[in-house]
Amino acid sequence: MNRRSAHILGEKAAPRWTHPGAWWVWALGLATAASRTTNPLLLALLIAVAGWVVSRRRPDAPWARSYAVFLRLGLAVIAIRVGFAVLLGSGIGTHVIVTLPELPLPSWAAGVSIGGPITAEELLTALYQGAVLAAMLACIGAANSLASPTRLLASVPAALYEVGVAVIVAMSFAPQLVADVSRVRTARRLRGRSDRGIRALAGSAMPVLEGALERAIDLAAAMDSRGYGRVGAASAQTRLIARILLLVALMGICVGVYALLDGGTPGALALPLLALGCIAAITAMLLAGRRTARSRYRPDPWALPEWLVSASGVVAGAVFVVTSMIDPIALTGPTAPPAWPALPLLPVVALMIAALPGLVTPLPPGSRAFRGASAGESSAGESSASERTTREEVPA
Amino acid sequence: MIIFDDVSVTYADSTRPVLSHVNLQIPEGELVLVVGRTGSGKSTLLRCVNGLVPHFTGGTLSGRVTVAGRDTRTHPPRELADVVGIVPQDPMSGFVTDIVEDELAYGMESLGLSSDLMRRRVEETLDLLGLAHLRNRSLMSLSGGERQRVAIGAVLTTHPSVLVLDEPTSALDPGAAEEVLAALQRLVHDLGVTVLLAEHRLERVVQYADRVIVVPGDGMPILVGTPDHIMIDAPVAPPVVELGRLAGWSPLPLSVRDARRAAGPLRERLAPLVDDAARRSRSTMHVIAGTPALSLSDVSVRHGQVHALRGINVAVDKGEIVAVMGRNGAGKSTLLGTLVGLHTPGSGSASVGGSAPSSLKGRSLIRRVGLVPQEPTHLLVADSVGEECRATDHDCNLTPGTTRTALDRLAPGVSDDMHPRDLSEGQRLALALAVVLAADPPVLLLDEPTRGLDYAAKKQLVSTLRSLAAEGRCVLLATHDVELVAEVATRVLVLADGEIVADGPVTDVVMGSPMFAPQISKVLSPQPWLTVAEVAAALEPAS
Repeated sequence: MNRRSAHILGEKAAPRWTHPGAWWVWALGLATAASRTTNPLLLALLIAVAGWVVSRRRPDAPWARSYAVFLRLGLAVIAIRVGFAVLLGSGIGTHVIVTLPELPLPSWAAGVSIGGPITAEELLTALYQGAVLAAMLACIGAANSLASPTRLLASVPAALYEVGVAVIVAMSFAPQLVADVSRVRTARRLRGRSDRGIRALAGSAMPVLEGALERAIDLAAAMDSRGYGRVGAASAQTRLIARILLLVALMGICVGVYALLDGGTPGALALPLLALGCIAAITAMLLAGRRTARSRYRPDPWALPEWLVSASGVVAGAVFVVTSMIDPIALTGPTAPPAWPALPLLPVVALMIAALPGLVTPLPPGSRAFRGASAGESSAGESSASERTTREEVPA
Repeated sequence: MIIFDDVSVTYADSTRPVLSHVNLQIPEGELVLVVGRTGSGKSTLLRCVNGLVPHFTGGTLSGRVTVAGRDTRTHPPRELADVVGIVPQDPMSGFVTDIVEDELAYGMESLGLSSDLMRRRVEETLDLLGLAHLRNRSLMSLSGGERQRVAIGAVLTTHPSVLVLDEPTSALDPGAAEEVLAALQRLVHDLGVTVLLAEHRLERVVQYADRVIVVPGDGMPILVGTPDHIMIDAPVAPPVVELGRLAGWSPLPLSVRDARRAAGPLRERLAPLVDDAARRSRSTMHVIAGTPALSLSDVSVRHGQVHALRGINVAVDKGEIVAVMGRNGAGKSTLLGTLVGLHTPGSGSASVGGSAPSSLKGRSLIRRVGLVPQEPTHLLVADSVGEECRATDHDCNLTPGTTRTALDRLAPGVSDDMHPRDLSEGQRLALALAVVLAADPPVLLLDEPTRGLDYAAKKQLVSTLRSLAAEGRCVLLATHDVELVAEVATRVLVLADGEIVADGPVTDVVMGSPMFAPQISKVLSPQPWLTVAEVAAALEPAS
């Protein structure tokens, strides 16, 4: 690593946002990896890697707290999955842990049993399957924490802009709703009413919804006043074609990604669909790009850190996909008979590579970690070669 | 630049026009002030300029509004975005993005400006409005004044030739307001921007205006003229103008500077009367010494990483009217919130009527302390005035009709079936006051009560507050309005960065401060006069 790249990568680099697209590619790569294994050790390692990267590169913003939320959601998924296994266990396997009293069911419900013997095999299977979902949720949560949703939408091409704005409005709705609820609760306190319970909830629903509706109208007026939706130069026909292509693209990409994540679909179907979707998307964007007169303020660059981030995710995903084809046993958590899972070397190395973004990406602007780092930097008397040092004022 | 040609506006749900037959021509580079009571049609007039009326609000507009040669009939707001920048009354309602820097760029992105130009303009605007240190901050985390400046910056970046602002300084502390007005003046002088602004706080803006438009309301014809011309017989006028009228100065002064240059003889006349006035000082009027009505001892409050209050020590007696001042974000609202138990002190203890407010709930809270929040509507829950009053009677176990009677005393003539949102600001404040006072709390807190109030409503508020203090209540108000403080307060607390930096009688605290001194004090210093009424009362026996 030469000296110049040392200033582009890692904490020495001037803080900037890493391209949100790169984070999403990384997270989807990890999610693909998670979908190909039921090995609990690998899954735990994967969740830990995602969490470590999040803890190192999470910006100081409200949406950056979503990793913990998704993690909790994942735990809930595991609990539900295991709960169902206990309740509706079919008694497959030989290692019976405990036998619950079985509920007698009418004859038409044959094949379903409630209660009965619970086997270790069954519990482990449920646990591992739940863990896969939890790990995938953790990946999505990591992407949500690392990539600002609005910055992601800002990188969305002009063709998707209208959709993007709808999403932005919807997303700004939630935090404001929270603010509204707390405001209404304050009002109830000041009026000497109880601020808990069903009646309080019913009493605050109306003002909260009213406030939300009013703000939506205000927001629409503000966006209109500031030039949103000015008509560009393209003809109505081009616009229609762009829209149709866009729909095709979205469908192609969605089905492709699903096929990639779902191990049951042949890979021969997944990749062409994804490619088709991408081609349609690019065409639609080129067509629609001519339409809108919008420009972009300080688009996030796609430079070396972005390449490394997305590549690390893709490598991790690819290693797991290939391993699942040539050595599926290594990726499977042994359930019958229950045994301590093995820790295959190659997938572990792949996950270590996926942890690389925690080291190579520049710090996000305004984070506390950055303030500490920059203070250290200035005390070391080192000058940064970047032209972007003014991005965040360093507090004295 | 802006031409109103026989414009009348009637909203869909009303029969009477809001504006009728308005003819108006505003040339390029003029700063025009729009004044009038709340609900008189000021905002409608402003929103006509970029076509929000009628494209967005509905209703019927007859006549023609032309801006930079574009007819608003054929040009909806988005097609006028490059010529007209409009800043709404509540800046938060106009924000589209979530980060300061992105918000500044949004308008330019819509217009498709080149990225070099956008970058440069964002930097210029950050400096112009003193926002550079906030560039990466989330808009939700900003204080009121910071939000207002971001909202103005966000429309400035597109370099519109017309700037329309609806009460731009009403939420700002005096210092921040001066900054914003100075920035506006620079735009007018250096870039030839046409500025149209509505403002209730005439004392802040009238001196900068080239012309004043008076919108009398109820569809009556508007009045247009130069400020000194309009001010001669305007029913509402800033204190310097009233002083000018009292002293018979001609031409009428509009700024403190003008008034001070004319005030030499008046100061000489007043000099022998100073002692007399000091004897009648208001600071001892109704104060009942003894157990304080409220006290904070060594109170610190934190919001996450922010230390909102640090080591606050204060005790307030019954009968006192205490003004809490300080720049935006100094901790004023937190101080009031702590006194009603919205925030629990991290250390130290708060006490209102002998108990800690955070431990109180329901009726036992509202019988001890009442808070009128910054936005009175936040307190109101029902969808009609009558319903609101009945709910309050029920909440406080009062005989039906009590709150209604109290409201009539504060603001006569509010009809029962009106929706609280349709009331004028003054009526809304009166309703919120009636609701809070229904529980008969000995401690009354008001957060920024004069925001959006016209002079008449403010006079009403002053007399209400005085009579409340005379009843032995203790009143605490957080405010930026130095004229209100001069008028009504007996004591001033100045907060900065969560600490008390000054605490004393109004005259002592306010006189020395260039920021918090009312206009009269600036004109007549070093003599301790604060209001026109004081000067008039002193002169009366002399003449």
